[in-house]
Amino acid sequence: MPGFDFSNYNRNAALHARGVPLPKATSTGTTIVGCIYDNGVVIAADTRATSGPIVADKNCEKLHYIAPKIWCAGAGTAADTEFTTALISSNVELHSLSTGRDPRVITCMTMLKQHLFRYQGHIGAYLVVAGVDPTGVGLYTVHAHGSTDKLPYVTMGSGSLAAMSVFESMWQPDLNKEGAIALCSEAIKAGIFNDLGSGSNVDVCVIEKDKPTQLLRNYEKPNERGLKERNYRFPRGTTAWLNQKVISKEDMKKYVTIETLSGDDNLAAGEKMEVDV
Amino acid sequence: MTSLMDHQARETVGYSFSESTAGVKQHGFYPYTDNGGSTLGITGSDFAILAGDTRSTSGYNINSRMVPKVFKIGGDDETGEGATIVLSVVGFAADGNALKERLDTVVKMYKYQHGKPMSVSACAQRLSTILYQKRFFPYYVHAILAGLDEEGKGALYSYDPVGSYEREQCRAAGAAASLIMPFLDNQVNFKNQYIPGSGEGHALAAKKPEPLPLETVKGLVRDAFTSAVERHIEVGDNLQMVIITKDGIEEVYHPLKKD
Repeated sequence: MPGFDFSNYNRNAALHARGVPLPKATSTGTTIVGCIYDNGVVIAADTRATSGPIVADKNCEKLHYIAPKIWCAGAGTAADTEFTTALISSNVELHSLSTGRDPRVITCMTMLKQHLFRYQGHIGAYLVVAGVDPTGVGLYTVHAHGSTDKLPYVTMGSGSLAAMSVFESMWQPDLNKEGAIALCSEAIKAGIFNDLGSGSNVDVCVIEKDKPTQLLRNYEKPNERGLKERNYRFPRGTTAWLNQKVISKEDMKKYVTIETLSGDDNLAAGEKMEVDV
Repeated sequence: MTSLMDHQARETVGYSFSESTAGVKQHGFYPYTDNGGSTLGITGSDFAILAGDTRSTSGYNINSRMVPKVFKIGGDDETGEGATIVLSVVGFAADGNALKERLDTVVKMYKYQHGKPMSVSACAQRLSTILYQKRFFPYYVHAILAGLDEEGKGALYSYDPVGSYEREQCRAAGAAASLIMPFLDNQVNFKNQYIPGSGEGHALAAKKPEPLPLETVKGLVRDAFTSAVERHIEVGDNLQMVIITKDGIEEVYHPLKKD
Protein backbone atom coordinates (compact mmCIF):
# COMPACT_ATOMS: atom_id res chain seq x y z
CA MET A 1 0.00 0.00 0.00
CA PRO A 2 1.45 3.34 -0.93
CA GLY A 3 1.31 5.79 1.90
CA PHE A 4 3.81 6.78 4.55
CA ASP A 5 6.98 8.71 3.77
CA PHE A 6 9.94 7.35 5.75
CA SER A 7 12.61 9.63 4.23
CA ASN A 8 13.30 11.45 7.53
CA TYR A 9 13.43 8.23 9.55
CA ASN A 10 17.22 7.93 9.92
CA ARG A 11 17.69 11.61 10.64
CA ASN A 12 14.97 11.57 13.31
CA ALA A 13 16.28 8.35 14.85
CA ALA A 14 19.77 9.89 15.09
CA LEU A 15 18.36 13.04 16.68
CA HIS A 16 16.30 10.97 19.09
CA ALA A 17 19.34 8.95 20.11
CA ARG A 18 21.09 12.24 20.90
CA GLY A 19 18.29 13.24 23.24
CA VAL A 20 15.93 15.25 21.02
CA PRO A 21 12.41 14.29 22.12
CA LEU A 22 9.74 13.18 19.64
CA PRO A 23 7.19 15.86 18.77
CA LYS A 24 3.95 15.67 20.76
CA ALA A 25 0.95 14.52 18.73
CA THR A 26 -2.55 15.74 19.53
CA SER A 27 -4.20 12.88 21.31
CA THR A 28 -7.86 12.36 21.87
CA GLY A 29 -7.31 11.07 25.44
CA THR A 30 -10.88 10.18 25.26
CA THR A 31 -14.04 8.48 26.40
CA ILE A 32 -15.87 6.61 23.63
CA VAL A 33 -18.66 4.07 24.08
CA GLY A 34 -21.10 1.95 22.12
CA CYS A 35 -24.21 -0.03 23.04
CA ILE A 36 -26.65 -2.14 21.02
CA TYR A 37 -30.41 -2.06 21.56
CA ASP A 38 -33.44 -3.95 20.20
CA ASN A 39 -33.46 -2.27 16.76
CA GLY A 40 -30.01 -0.75 16.27
CA VAL A 41 -26.86 0.60 17.89
CA VAL A 42 -25.75 3.81 19.59
CA ILE A 43 -22.20 5.15 19.81
CA ALA A 44 -21.12 8.24 21.75
CA ALA A 45 -17.98 10.29 22.48
CA ASP A 46 -16.78 13.27 24.50
CA THR A 47 -15.35 16.29 22.62
CA ARG A 48 -12.01 17.12 24.31
CA ALA A 49 -8.69 16.86 22.42
CA THR A 50 -5.49 17.23 24.44
CA SER A 51 -1.78 17.79 23.91
CA GLY A 52 -0.17 16.74 27.20
CA PRO A 53 -2.05 18.56 29.97
CA ILE A 54 -3.28 21.29 27.60
CA VAL A 55 -6.72 21.21 26.01
CA ALA A 56 -6.07 21.50 22.24
CA ASP A 57 -9.74 21.51 21.15
CA LYS A 58 -12.75 21.95 23.44
CA ASN A 59 -15.31 20.72 20.92
CA CYS A 60 -13.72 18.26 18.48
CA GLU A 61 -15.57 15.53 16.59
CA LYS A 62 -14.63 11.96 17.45
CA LEU A 63 -17.53 10.28 15.64
CA HIS A 64 -16.33 9.44 12.14
CA TYR A 65 -18.35 8.50 9.06
CA ILE A 66 -17.49 5.18 7.38
CA ALA A 67 -20.67 4.48 5.39
CA PRO A 68 -24.23 5.81 5.72
CA LYS A 69 -25.06 3.08 8.25
CA ILE A 70 -21.57 2.41 9.66
CA TRP A 71 -19.93 4.91 12.00
CA CYS A 72 -16.77 4.85 14.05
CA ALA A 73 -15.75 6.46 17.35
CA GLY A 74 -12.01 7.11 17.64
CA ALA A 75 -9.58 7.39 20.57
CA GLY A 76 -5.80 7.65 20.57
CA THR A 77 -3.69 9.79 18.25
CA ALA A 78 -6.10 12.25 16.60
CA ALA A 79 -4.48 12.15 13.15
CA ASP A 80 -4.40 8.34 13.12
CA THR A 81 -8.10 7.96 13.94
CA GLU A 82 -8.97 10.61 11.34
CA PHE A 83 -6.88 9.19 8.48
CA THR A 84 -7.52 5.52 9.23
CA THR A 85 -11.31 5.97 9.26
CA ALA A 86 -11.17 8.13 6.10
CA LEU A 87 -9.08 5.48 4.30
CA ILE A 88 -11.33 2.59 5.33
CA SER A 89 -14.40 4.68 4.46
CA SER A 90 -13.08 5.08 0.88
CA ASN A 91 -12.26 1.38 0.56
CA VAL A 92 -15.63 0.36 2.01
CA GLU A 93 -17.37 2.53 -0.59
CA LEU A 94 -15.32 1.06 -3.46
CA HIS A 95 -16.01 -2.44 -2.13
CA SER A 96 -19.74 -1.70 -1.94
CA LEU A 97 -19.72 -0.34 -5.50
CA SER A 98 -17.87 -3.39 -6.86
CA THR A 99 -20.08 -5.93 -5.07
CA GLY A 100 -23.31 -4.00 -5.54
CA ARG A 101 -24.25 -4.69 -1.92
CA ASP A 102 -24.57 -2.56 1.22
CA PRO A 103 -21.33 -2.64 3.23
CA ARG A 104 -21.16 -4.82 6.35
CA VAL A 105 -19.80 -3.80 9.74
CA ILE A 106 -17.71 -6.99 10.00
CA THR A 107 -16.07 -6.18 6.62
CA CYS A 108 -15.16 -2.71 7.84
CA MET A 109 -13.85 -4.08 11.14
CA THR A 110 -11.70 -6.66 9.30
CA MET A 111 -10.26 -4.00 6.97
CA LEU A 112 -9.41 -1.83 9.98
CA LYS A 113 -7.74 -4.60 11.97
CA GLN A 114 -5.69 -5.79 8.98
CA HIS A 115 -4.53 -2.23 8.28
CA LEU A 116 -3.64 -1.61 11.96
CA PHE A 117 -1.94 -4.99 12.45
CA ARG A 118 0.28 -4.34 9.43
CA TYR A 119 1.62 -1.24 11.22
CA GLN A 120 2.29 -3.14 14.48
CA GLY A 121 0.62 -0.54 16.73
CA HIS A 122 2.54 2.45 15.32
CA ILE A 123 -0.78 3.77 14.00
CA GLY A 124 -2.29 4.75 17.34
CA ALA A 125 -5.96 4.35 16.49
CA TYR A 126 -8.32 2.82 19.07
CA LEU A 127 -11.78 2.49 17.56
CA VAL A 128 -15.36 1.55 18.28
CA VAL A 129 -17.01 0.42 15.03
CA ALA A 130 -20.80 0.27 14.93
CA GLY A 131 -23.51 -0.08 12.34
CA VAL A 132 -26.45 -1.86 10.83
CA ASP A 133 -26.10 -4.07 7.73
CA PRO A 134 -28.11 -6.84 5.98
CA THR A 135 -26.88 -9.36 8.60
CA GLY A 136 -28.12 -7.26 11.51
CA VAL A 137 -26.58 -4.98 14.14
CA GLY A 138 -22.80 -4.87 14.62
CA LEU A 139 -20.68 -3.39 17.42
CA TYR A 140 -16.91 -3.95 17.71
CA THR A 141 -13.80 -2.48 19.30
CA VAL A 142 -10.52 -2.40 17.36
CA HIS A 143 -7.20 -1.82 19.17
CA ALA A 144 -4.13 -0.20 17.60
CA HIS A 145 -2.27 -3.54 17.43
CA GLY A 146 -5.13 -5.18 15.53
CA SER A 147 -7.08 -7.13 18.14
CA THR A 148 -10.87 -6.88 18.10
CA ASP A 149 -13.85 -7.60 20.36
CA LYS A 150 -17.55 -8.11 19.65
CA LEU A 151 -19.73 -7.17 22.62
CA PRO A 152 -23.21 -5.77 23.38
CA TYR A 153 -21.69 -2.73 25.14
CA VAL A 154 -18.13 -1.39 24.79
CA THR A 155 -15.94 1.48 26.02
CA MET A 156 -12.51 2.74 24.96
CA GLY A 157 -10.01 5.51 25.64
CA SER A 158 -8.60 6.94 28.88
CA GLY A 159 -12.14 7.28 30.27
CA SER A 160 -13.06 3.67 29.43
CA LEU A 161 -13.01 2.53 33.06
CA ALA A 162 -15.29 5.34 34.24
CA ALA A 163 -17.66 4.67 31.33
CA MET A 164 -17.62 0.90 31.81
CA SER A 165 -18.55 1.33 35.47
CA VAL A 166 -21.79 2.94 34.26
CA PHE A 167 -22.49 0.11 31.78
CA GLU A 168 -21.71 -2.58 34.36
CA SER A 169 -24.12 -1.09 36.86
CA MET A 170 -26.97 0.06 34.56
CA TRP A 171 -26.91 -1.99 31.33
CA GLN A 172 -29.87 -4.29 30.62
CA PRO A 173 -30.29 -6.77 27.75
CA ASP A 174 -33.66 -5.34 26.62
CA LEU A 175 -32.83 -1.66 26.02
CA ASN A 176 -34.89 0.47 23.62
CA LYS A 177 -33.49 3.35 21.57
CA GLU A 178 -34.13 6.06 24.19
CA GLY A 179 -32.68 3.84 26.93
CA ALA A 180 -29.55 3.12 24.90
CA ILE A 181 -28.99 6.82 24.12
CA ALA A 182 -29.45 7.77 27.78
CA LEU A 183 -27.10 5.00 28.94
CA CYS A 184 -24.37 5.92 26.43
CA SER A 185 -24.69 9.61 27.32
CA GLU A 186 -24.43 8.77 31.03
CA ALA A 187 -21.32 6.64 30.37
CA ILE A 188 -19.65 9.50 28.45
CA LYS A 189 -20.48 11.93 31.26
CA ALA A 190 -18.80 9.56 33.74
CA GLY A 191 -15.69 9.88 31.56
CA ILE A 192 -16.04 13.66 31.16
CA PHE A 193 -16.20 14.28 34.92
CA ASN A 194 -13.88 11.56 36.26
CA ASP A 195 -11.17 11.31 33.59
CA LEU A 196 -8.94 14.35 32.98
CA GLY A 197 -8.32 13.26 29.37
CA SER A 198 -12.02 13.64 28.59
CA GLY A 199 -14.24 16.71 28.83
CA SER A 200 -16.68 19.25 27.37
CA ASN A 201 -19.70 17.86 25.48
CA VAL A 202 -21.41 14.57 24.54
CA ASP A 203 -21.76 13.57 20.86
CA VAL A 204 -24.12 10.71 20.02
CA CYS A 205 -24.75 8.72 16.82
CA VAL A 206 -27.84 6.50 16.48
CA ILE A 207 -27.88 3.85 13.74
CA GLU A 208 -31.25 2.07 13.46
CA LYS A 209 -32.58 -0.61 11.09
CA ASP A 210 -34.60 0.85 8.16
CA LYS A 211 -34.14 4.43 9.41
CA PRO A 212 -31.68 7.17 8.44
CA THR A 213 -28.66 7.50 10.75
CA GLN A 214 -28.90 10.36 13.23
CA LEU A 215 -25.74 12.23 14.27
CA LEU A 216 -26.66 14.09 17.45
CA ARG A 217 -23.76 16.57 17.62
CA ASN A 218 -23.44 18.09 21.12
CA TYR A 219 -26.39 15.99 22.36
CA GLU A 220 -25.55 17.25 25.86
CA LYS A 221 -23.49 20.30 26.87
CA PRO A 222 -22.84 19.89 30.60
CA ASN A 223 -19.77 22.18 30.66
CA GLU A 224 -20.68 25.57 29.27
CA ARG A 225 -18.30 28.38 30.10
CA GLY A 226 -19.71 31.08 32.38
CA LEU A 227 -19.48 34.78 31.58
CA LYS A 228 -16.19 36.57 32.26
CA GLU A 229 -16.39 39.12 35.08
CA ARG A 230 -14.36 41.85 33.47
CA ASN A 231 -14.20 43.35 30.02
CA TYR A 232 -10.86 42.90 28.23
CA ARG A 233 -11.43 45.23 25.29
CA PHE A 234 -8.43 47.55 24.87
CA PRO A 235 -8.86 51.18 23.83
CA ARG A 236 -7.74 51.82 20.23
CA GLY A 237 -4.05 52.84 20.20
CA THR A 238 -3.00 50.64 23.17
CA THR A 239 -0.56 48.61 21.04
CA ALA A 240 2.75 50.26 20.18
CA TRP A 241 3.87 50.50 16.56
CA LEU A 242 7.00 51.96 14.98
CA ASN A 243 5.83 52.60 11.44
CA GLN A 244 2.79 52.11 9.31
CA LYS A 245 2.15 51.46 5.66
CA VAL A 246 -1.28 51.85 4.14
CA ILE A 247 -2.04 49.70 1.09
CA SER A 248 -5.04 51.09 -0.74
CA LYS A 249 -7.48 49.08 -2.80
CA GLU A 250 -6.12 50.93 -5.89
CA ASP A 251 -2.57 49.64 -5.14
CA MET A 252 -3.89 46.10 -4.71
CA LYS A 253 -5.61 46.22 -8.09
CA LYS A 254 -2.19 46.37 -9.76
CA TYR A 255 -1.49 42.81 -8.59
CA VAL A 256 -4.85 41.06 -8.11
CA THR A 257 -8.43 41.41 -9.23
CA ILE A 258 -10.72 42.61 -6.47
CA GLU A 259 -14.32 41.57 -6.11
CA THR A 260 -16.38 43.31 -3.45
CA LEU A 261 -18.77 41.13 -1.50
CA SER A 262 -21.82 42.45 0.31
CA GLY A 263 -21.77 42.33 4.10
CA ASP A 264 -24.30 39.46 4.03
CA ASP A 265 -22.66 36.36 5.61
CA ASN A 266 -24.82 34.01 3.53
CA LEU A 267 -23.47 35.40 0.26
CA ALA A 268 -19.79 35.11 1.22
CA ALA A 269 -18.00 32.52 -0.90
CA GLY A 270 -16.67 29.30 0.60
CA GLU A 271 -17.55 27.39 3.71
CA LYS A 272 -17.14 29.21 7.00
CA MET A 273 -14.51 27.74 9.29
CA GLU A 274 -15.56 26.50 12.70
CA VAL A 275 -13.99 28.72 15.33
CA ASP A 276 -13.31 27.84 18.97
CA VAL A 277 -15.04 30.07 21.46
CA MET B 1 26.68 17.86 9.91
CA THR B 2 30.26 16.56 10.32
CA SER B 3 29.74 15.82 13.99
CA LEU B 4 26.57 13.91 13.20
CA MET B 5 28.38 11.77 10.65
CA ASP B 6 31.21 11.08 13.13
CA HIS B 7 28.71 9.96 15.69
CA GLN B 8 27.08 7.59 13.22
CA ALA B 9 30.46 6.06 12.34
CA ARG B 10 31.54 5.58 15.94
CA GLU B 11 28.43 3.92 17.27
CA THR B 12 27.45 2.09 14.05
CA VAL B 13 23.75 2.58 14.69
CA GLY B 14 22.28 6.01 15.35
CA TYR B 15 18.80 4.72 16.07
CA SER B 16 18.23 3.38 19.56
CA PHE B 17 14.79 3.97 20.91
CA SER B 18 14.96 1.64 23.91
CA GLU B 19 18.33 -0.05 23.96
CA SER B 20 20.04 2.35 26.39
CA THR B 21 18.88 0.33 29.41
CA ALA B 22 18.81 -3.00 27.58
CA GLY B 23 19.40 -6.08 29.68
CA VAL B 24 19.77 -4.39 33.07
CA LYS B 25 16.66 -4.36 35.25
CA GLN B 26 16.49 -0.88 36.72
CA HIS B 27 15.13 -0.36 40.20
CA GLY B 28 13.79 3.00 41.16
CA PHE B 29 12.42 4.89 44.12
CA TYR B 30 10.27 7.84 43.15
CA PRO B 31 9.48 9.86 46.27
CA TYR B 32 7.76 12.67 44.35
CA THR B 33 4.44 12.94 42.53
CA ASP B 34 2.83 15.93 40.85
CA ASN B 35 -0.64 16.70 42.15
CA GLY B 36 -1.39 19.42 39.59
CA GLY B 37 -3.44 22.51 40.34
CA SER B 38 -2.54 26.18 40.25
CA THR B 39 -2.20 29.10 42.63
CA LEU B 40 -2.11 32.84 42.18
CA GLY B 41 -1.39 35.88 44.36
CA ILE B 42 -1.96 39.60 43.78
CA THR B 43 -1.35 42.54 46.13
CA GLY B 44 -3.02 45.94 46.43
CA SER B 45 -2.29 49.06 48.49
CA ASP B 46 -3.98 47.68 51.62
CA PHE B 47 -4.71 44.03 50.87
CA ALA B 48 -3.28 40.82 49.44
CA ILE B 49 -5.12 37.96 47.75
CA LEU B 50 -3.94 34.37 47.52
CA ALA B 51 -6.02 31.95 45.50
CA GLY B 52 -5.84 28.37 44.31
CA ASP B 53 -8.04 25.69 42.77
CA THR B 54 -9.00 22.75 44.99
CA ARG B 55 -8.47 19.84 42.58
CA SER B 56 -5.87 17.19 43.43
CA THR B 57 -4.79 14.95 40.57
CA SER B 58 -2.48 12.09 39.78
CA GLY B 59 -2.06 11.31 36.10
CA TYR B 60 -5.50 11.35 34.45
CA ASN B 61 -7.25 10.71 37.79
CA ILE B 62 -8.83 13.10 40.27
CA ASN B 63 -7.80 12.25 43.86
CA SER B 64 -10.20 14.79 45.31
CA ARG B 65 -12.23 17.81 44.23
CA MET B 66 -11.72 19.57 47.59
CA VAL B 67 -8.11 19.82 48.71
CA PRO B 68 -7.33 23.47 49.59
CA LYS B 69 -3.87 24.74 48.66
CA VAL B 70 -3.95 28.02 50.61
CA PHE B 71 -3.26 27.90 54.35
CA LYS B 72 -3.37 30.37 57.23
CA ILE B 73 -0.04 30.41 59.05
CA GLY B 74 0.45 30.95 62.78
CA GLY B 75 -3.23 31.06 63.84
CA ASP B 76 -4.40 30.54 67.43
CA ASP B 77 -6.30 27.29 66.74
CA GLU B 78 -6.78 24.64 64.01
CA THR B 79 -9.21 26.93 62.09
CA GLY B 80 -6.37 29.45 61.67
CA GLU B 81 -8.27 32.14 63.62
CA GLY B 82 -6.03 35.09 64.48
CA ALA B 83 -3.51 34.45 61.69
CA THR B 84 -2.10 37.36 59.66
CA ILE B 85 0.06 35.41 57.19
CA VAL B 86 -1.11 33.09 54.41
CA LEU B 87 0.87 30.45 52.50
CA SER B 88 -0.03 28.74 49.24
CA VAL B 89 1.74 25.62 48.03
CA VAL B 90 1.41 23.87 44.69
CA GLY B 91 3.22 20.90 43.23
CA PHE B 92 3.67 17.80 45.39
CA ALA B 93 0.81 17.99 47.91
CA ALA B 94 2.48 15.87 50.62
CA ASP B 95 5.53 18.17 50.66
CA GLY B 96 3.20 21.15 50.59
CA ASN B 97 1.46 19.95 53.74
CA ALA B 98 4.73 19.17 55.47
CA LEU B 99 6.05 22.64 54.61
CA LYS B 100 2.86 24.32 55.82
CA GLU B 101 3.01 22.42 59.14
CA ARG B 102 6.68 23.38 59.62
CA LEU B 103 6.16 27.06 58.90
CA ASP B 104 3.02 27.17 61.06
CA THR B 105 4.97 25.72 64.00
CA VAL B 106 7.84 28.14 63.48
CA VAL B 107 5.54 31.19 63.41
CA LYS B 108 3.70 30.00 66.54
CA MET B 109 7.00 29.38 68.42
CA TYR B 110 8.15 32.89 67.47
CA LYS B 111 4.99 34.37 68.98
CA TYR B 112 5.30 32.35 72.19
CA GLN B 113 8.96 33.23 72.64
CA HIS B 114 8.84 36.92 71.65
CA GLY B 115 5.31 37.80 72.73
CA LYS B 116 4.52 39.45 69.39
CA PRO B 117 3.40 38.14 66.01
CA MET B 118 6.05 37.50 63.35
CA SER B 119 6.28 40.10 60.57
CA VAL B 120 5.69 38.95 56.98
CA SER B 121 9.22 39.91 55.95
CA ALA B 122 10.70 37.83 58.80
CA CYS B 123 8.43 34.90 57.95
CA ALA B 124 9.44 35.22 54.28
CA GLN B 125 13.15 34.98 55.16
CA ARG B 126 12.50 32.03 57.51
CA LEU B 127 10.57 30.16 54.79
CA SER B 128 13.51 30.63 52.43
CA THR B 129 15.81 29.08 55.05
CA ILE B 130 13.47 26.14 55.60
CA LEU B 131 13.41 25.44 51.86
CA TYR B 132 17.19 25.75 51.44
CA GLN B 133 17.83 23.39 54.36
CA LYS B 134 16.49 20.70 52.09
CA ARG B 135 18.64 21.80 49.12
CA PHE B 136 19.53 18.20 48.16
CA PHE B 137 16.14 16.59 48.84
CA PRO B 138 13.83 19.53 48.19
CA TYR B 139 10.23 20.19 49.09
CA TYR B 140 8.78 19.76 45.58
CA VAL B 141 6.59 22.85 45.73
CA HIS B 142 6.23 26.36 44.40
CA ALA B 143 5.28 28.41 47.46
CA ILE B 144 3.74 31.87 47.66
CA LEU B 145 3.56 33.77 50.97
CA ALA B 146 1.24 36.74 51.52
CA GLY B 147 0.32 39.20 54.24
CA LEU B 148 0.52 42.89 55.08
CA ASP B 149 3.89 44.59 55.63
CA GLU B 150 4.85 46.97 58.49
CA GLU B 151 3.24 49.89 56.59
CA GLY B 152 0.00 47.97 56.08
CA LYS B 153 0.62 47.48 52.36
CA GLY B 154 -0.06 44.16 50.66
CA ALA B 155 3.05 41.95 50.65
CA LEU B 156 3.63 38.93 48.41
CA TYR B 157 6.70 36.68 48.29
CA SER B 158 7.19 33.87 45.78
CA TYR B 159 9.66 30.98 46.09
CA ASP B 160 11.30 28.33 43.98
CA PRO B 161 11.55 24.80 45.49
CA VAL B 162 14.98 25.44 47.06
CA GLY B 163 14.35 28.82 48.65
CA SER B 164 15.18 31.53 46.12
CA TYR B 165 12.60 34.24 46.79
CA GLU B 166 11.49 37.68 45.75
CA ARG B 167 8.82 40.20 46.76
CA GLU B 168 6.38 40.83 43.89
CA GLN B 169 3.08 42.49 43.01
CA CYS B 170 1.66 39.33 41.49
CA ARG B 171 2.62 35.73 40.79
CA ALA B 172 1.01 32.62 39.33
CA ALA B 173 2.36 29.16 40.17
CA GLY B 174 1.66 25.53 39.39
CA ALA B 175 0.29 23.66 36.39
CA ALA B 176 -1.37 26.63 34.69
CA ALA B 177 1.26 29.23 35.68
CA SER B 178 2.37 29.58 32.07
CA LEU B 179 -1.23 30.33 31.08
CA ILE B 180 -2.04 32.77 33.92
CA MET B 181 1.26 34.70 34.35
CA PRO B 182 1.17 36.47 30.95
CA PHE B 183 -2.41 37.54 31.68
CA LEU B 184 -1.27 39.00 35.01
CA ASP B 185 1.69 40.79 33.41
CA ASN B 186 -0.75 42.46 31.05
CA GLN B 187 -3.62 43.19 33.45
CA VAL B 188 -1.78 43.95 36.72
CA ASN B 189 1.53 45.44 35.57
CA PHE B 190 0.03 46.68 32.25
CA LYS B 191 2.87 45.12 30.20
CA ASN B 192 2.55 45.74 26.45
CA GLN B 193 -0.03 48.44 27.07
CA TYR B 194 0.64 52.04 25.99
CA ILE B 195 -1.30 55.27 26.48
CA PRO B 196 -3.15 55.98 23.23
CA GLY B 197 -2.00 59.19 21.53
CA SER B 198 0.79 59.90 24.05
CA GLY B 199 3.47 60.05 21.36
CA GLU B 200 4.83 58.69 18.10
CA GLY B 201 7.12 55.63 17.80
CA HIS B 202 9.55 55.33 20.73
CA ALA B 203 8.03 58.40 22.39
CA LEU B 204 4.78 56.52 23.02
CA ALA B 205 4.36 56.31 26.81
CA ALA B 206 3.87 52.94 28.50
CA LYS B 207 0.88 52.56 30.81
CA LYS B 208 2.21 52.84 34.39
CA PRO B 209 1.25 50.11 36.85
CA GLU B 210 -0.59 51.25 39.98
CA PRO B 211 -2.13 49.28 42.87
CA LEU B 212 -5.56 47.98 41.83
CA PRO B 213 -8.72 48.15 43.94
CA LEU B 214 -9.88 44.96 45.71
CA GLU B 215 -12.98 44.37 43.57
CA THR B 216 -10.94 44.63 40.34
CA VAL B 217 -8.40 42.13 41.67
CA LYS B 218 -11.13 39.68 42.74
CA GLY B 219 -12.54 39.85 39.20
CA LEU B 220 -9.10 39.25 37.66
CA VAL B 221 -8.48 36.24 39.91
CA ARG B 222 -11.83 34.64 39.05
CA ASP B 223 -11.35 35.29 35.32
CA ALA B 224 -7.79 33.90 35.46
CA PHE B 225 -9.04 30.67 36.99
CA THR B 226 -12.18 30.19 34.87
CA SER B 227 -9.92 30.66 31.81
CA ALA B 228 -7.18 28.31 33.09
CA VAL B 229 -9.87 25.66 33.69
CA GLU B 230 -10.87 25.91 30.02
CA ARG B 231 -7.39 25.02 28.74
CA HIS B 232 -5.65 22.99 31.47
CA ILE B 233 -6.93 19.55 32.42
CA GLU B 234 -5.42 19.58 35.94
CA VAL B 235 -7.20 22.77 37.04
CA GLY B 236 -10.83 22.79 38.15
CA ASP B 237 -13.56 21.91 40.68
CA ASN B 238 -13.44 24.89 43.09
CA LEU B 239 -11.63 28.20 43.53
CA GLN B 240 -10.38 29.05 47.02
CA MET B 241 -9.74 32.77 47.54
CA VAL B 242 -8.11 34.12 50.70
CA ILE B 243 -8.19 37.90 51.17
CA ILE B 244 -5.90 39.50 53.75
CA THR B 245 -6.80 43.00 55.01
CA LYS B 246 -6.18 44.93 58.24
CA ASP B 247 -9.54 43.58 59.48
CA GLY B 248 -8.36 39.98 59.21
CA ILE B 249 -8.49 37.10 56.77
CA GLU B 250 -11.54 36.33 54.66
CA GLU B 251 -11.85 32.99 52.88
CA VAL B 252 -14.31 32.39 50.04
CA TYR B 253 -14.99 29.43 47.76
CA HIS B 254 -16.36 29.67 44.24
CA PRO B 255 -17.36 26.70 42.02
CA LEU B 256 -15.30 25.95 38.87
CA LYS B 257 -16.01 23.53 36.01
CA LYS B 258 -15.70 19.86 37.00
CA ASP B 259 -14.73 18.22 33.67
